Formats: sequence, C-alpha cells, structure tokens
Amino acid sequence: MGLLFHIGQYFMLLGEVFSKPERRSVYWRRTVEEMELLGVKSLGIVALLSLFMGAVIAIQTKTNIDSPLIPFYVVGFTVRQSTILEFSPTIISLILAGKVGSTIAAEIGSMRVREQIDALDIMGVNSAGYLILPKIIATALINPFLIMISMFLSIFGGWMAGVVTGIISSENYIAGVQWDFDPYIVTYALIKTVVFAVIIATVSAYHGYYTRGGTREVGISSTKAVVYSDVVILIANYLLTQLLLL
Amino acid sequence: MIEVRGLWKSFGNVEVLQDINTTFKKGKVNQVIGKSGSGKSVLAKCIVGLTPLTRGEVLYNGESFQAMDKERRKALRQEIGMLFQSSALFDSLTVLENVMFPLRMFATMSVPQMRERADFCLHRVNIMGQDKKYPAELSGGMQKRVGIARAIAMQPQYLFVDEPNSGLDPQTSIVIDNLIREITEEFNTTTLVITHDMNSLMGIADEVYFIHNKHLWWQGTRAELVKSDNRELEEFIFAGSLMRQVRKALRGE
Repeated sequence: MGLLFHIGQYFMLLGEVFSKPERRSVYWRRTVEEMELLGVKSLGIVALLSLFMGAVIAIQTKTNIDSPLIPFYVVGFTVRQSTILEFSPTIISLILAGKVGSTIAAEIGSMRVREQIDALDIMGVNSAGYLILPKIIATALINPFLIMISMFLSIFGGWMAGVVTGIISSENYIAGVQWDFDPYIVTYALIKTVVFAVIIATVSAYHGYYTRGGTREVGISSTKAVVYSDVVILIANYLLTQLLLL
Repeated sequence: MIEVRGLWKSFGNVEVLQDINTTFKKGKVNQVIGKSGSGKSVLAKCIVGLTPLTRGEVLYNGESFQAMDKERRKALRQEIGMLFQSSALFDSLTVLENVMFPLRMFATMSVPQMRERADFCLHRVNIMGQDKKYPAELSGGMQKRVGIARAIAMQPQYLFVDEPNSGLDPQTSIVIDNLIREITEEFNTTTLVITHDMNSLMGIADEVYFIHNKHLWWQGTRAELVKSDNRELEEFIFAGSLMRQVRKALRGE
C-alpha cells in the first residue's frame, strides 16, 4: 500500500511539474544555473572515475585472458564495449545519483522545512514546477555530454594504462577500439543516459519535496533519494537493455 | 475582509480546530492568540489555503476560496503577502532579488520598474544599502524586514504574519510591530497576525481572536480584552505579574 501511495504521489507531482510555467524566461535562467550546478560541477568526479576505470578494465582484461588464442584487439574492444554499453551510462549515472540526487533532495528538503516552498505557494508560484522542472531539463540536457566525456576518457584511460605498463601496443589497442564498431551502441547508451537523468532528478526531487520535519528528516530524504534513484535506475537499465538490444 | 465559516480541521483522528466562525476586518490588525499548539498557525494555513480544511469555507471579499478554480486561486494569491516565522527568504537570492522575485514571476513591468518598486519596498521597511547581501548575512530583525518588503512588493490586499517577533529582542520586536501597523494603515490591508507576544498584542492589535480548546474562545477589541472577565483569556494573557499590573493600571484599579 505504501509503495502504491508513493508511486501515485510521484506521478501527481510530475503532473504539477509539467504544468504551464508562470514565466518561461525565469525558468530558462534557472535551467542554465542548474546545468552548471548539477552538470558542470560533476565533471571532475566523472573524469577521474572514467580515466581510472578505463585503465583498470584494460589491465584486468589483459591479465585475466592472456592467451595466444585471444586476438590482439580484445583489450581495446573490451574496454570500448564495457565503457559504452554499461560503465559510462549506468555506473556513472549511479554515481551521479549519489552526488546530484543528494544535492537535489537536500536543497528542496531544506526549502520545505524552512517554509520557503510555502512562501512560493503563497505567492501563487507553482512551487513544484519552479523548483523541479529546471532540474529535470538541466540533467536531461547535460548528462549526455558528461557521459560522452566519460566514454572518451575511459577509453583513453585504457590506452594510457596499456601503453604506460607496456601490456599492449598503441596500434593494437586502437585497432581493438575500432574493431566491429556499431554506432547504435552509442545511441543506446545516450537513450539510457537521458532516462537515468530524468529518474535521478525526479526521484530525488520527490523525496526532497515531501520532506516533513527538520534537519534530521532532510538527511533521511537525501539518503532515500540516492537509494531509490539507484534502485529505479537498475530496474530501468534492465528494461531498456531488453527493449533496445534484444 | 476575510470571513471564516464553520471551519473544522483535523489531522487523522486528531481534531485541531472546531467550528471557527469569524470575520477579519479590512484595514485592521487582527491578532490571533493562543497557547503553543492551540492551532492558531493551522488556522492561518487553512485560511491561506496551504492546508485543506476538513469542513467549512473561507471567503475573501465574499468569494469562497474553496469554490475557486486553480487559476482564480493563483490570481488571489498574488493579492496575499505573508511573512513567515522563519522569514522564508530564498537563500540563493540576494536581498534585492528576494524582493523582486514576485514581481519577476507575475508583474507586467520592465526590469527598471521592478527595481524601482523593490527599492521602494526596501526603503519602506528601512533597509538601505543591503541589496547585494544574502539572507544569511543579515540579522534576524533585518530578515523579517526584508520578508515584509517581499510580502508588500505586489501591493497585497491581505497580509498574513506568523509569529513576527519570535527570536527578536524587545526593541527590534517593537520596530517590526510598528512596521506591521503602519503598512496595514498605509495599504489598507486585511492583516492577520499570529502571535503569543503580549507586548505586540497590547501594542498594535485592533481586534483580538483567542483560540482555546480547539474553538474561537473569545474575540473583541483590545479595550474589551482589558475589561474581559473570561477566565481562560485572563489566565492566558495576564499570567505574568507585569501583565496583571498593566491590566490594573488600564482598568484604573
């Protein structure tokens, strides 16, 4: 019953979020601000993780399947496939759910307990739309760029690790990255990214928006936002994989 | 003018307010008093529509809030200004941006005109040269004054003030009280103040509404309050020895 209540309330909130904005110019300005706060400021952690994950995948692949029967291009190929198909869109989205999701829930939750959302409502502002819609648009627009940067850096990290440690030559790695490339997998990854971005923004905003109590409850909402965003992303990942790849 | 008719409010099985019937007059400071947890803030939230009523209706100039559609409610809310207990200023906006916020969202005026209006409101509450500061950089009293400036930016017909003096020293409380009084007279607003500050009550109230035991227990003017023999009201207002002496002096005893 509790789960059904929350699902119902979540979709009712989305109904409010997507109703007509009072002033488009104000919403657009907020969207740009959110793109910086939620997207650009996540670039550092995304870059760091991607570089090292690419490097680790390359080393793991080489050391675990080192056999004369394995073709030379397997390291580059494995790094590319695992990065584009899962690591960048899914794992980075899960990490962004932790960083961005907790920020969204804490910000909106604090506004709720400090009566700032009531103040918006009293003024006649659609508080759900004003606070949440710019975050949804911002994450849906900026996350694909983050993920593309992540893909590039992860593959680059694999190349660096391979060349620096001398486990694979640069030519072989690049040949592996280029081997049997189907551009559709990038489309698939970006579709997933946009869906995950919307999940992160809406699920986290939902938990922040319905925070009741004080600062302790804001903390609880932030934690719930991350946990539920992760769970929904994992379910959506399974469904999208089946839908788009099979 | 705001009329409240047969207002009941409960949260689950817990009844907070029962059968409240009254009128809050235009151009007057209407003060709602009561013990902590008596439901006076709930009453204010029911009147402004932040909390749905269990039963009853609220009429703004004769028009039922409950019967209004979404658009009409939105339009009405642009005629309402509210100062919250916590001031509820937006942390990420400067003082000037906070006051300009309702204008940016709803007013059909140019940015320089908005700026002019915001400057007027800030000047009216005696805040000068603080435009670029953020709420966290202001004292509690200044935050309240900026809150009032934001509340009057859209020239409201109705002004709601929740615990205006909480957390303020007595001197600043008097400044805020006087400001509420002056704005009510100047803009001819229907002002509803939720308080349990007796100094504020004696200082600026035109009409007093005492919430007790879930009911509107007593209502009358400040002069009537001093003369009242209502036991519960006496116990609440004249609980302190200083207030008892004030009453004696006012009654000429």
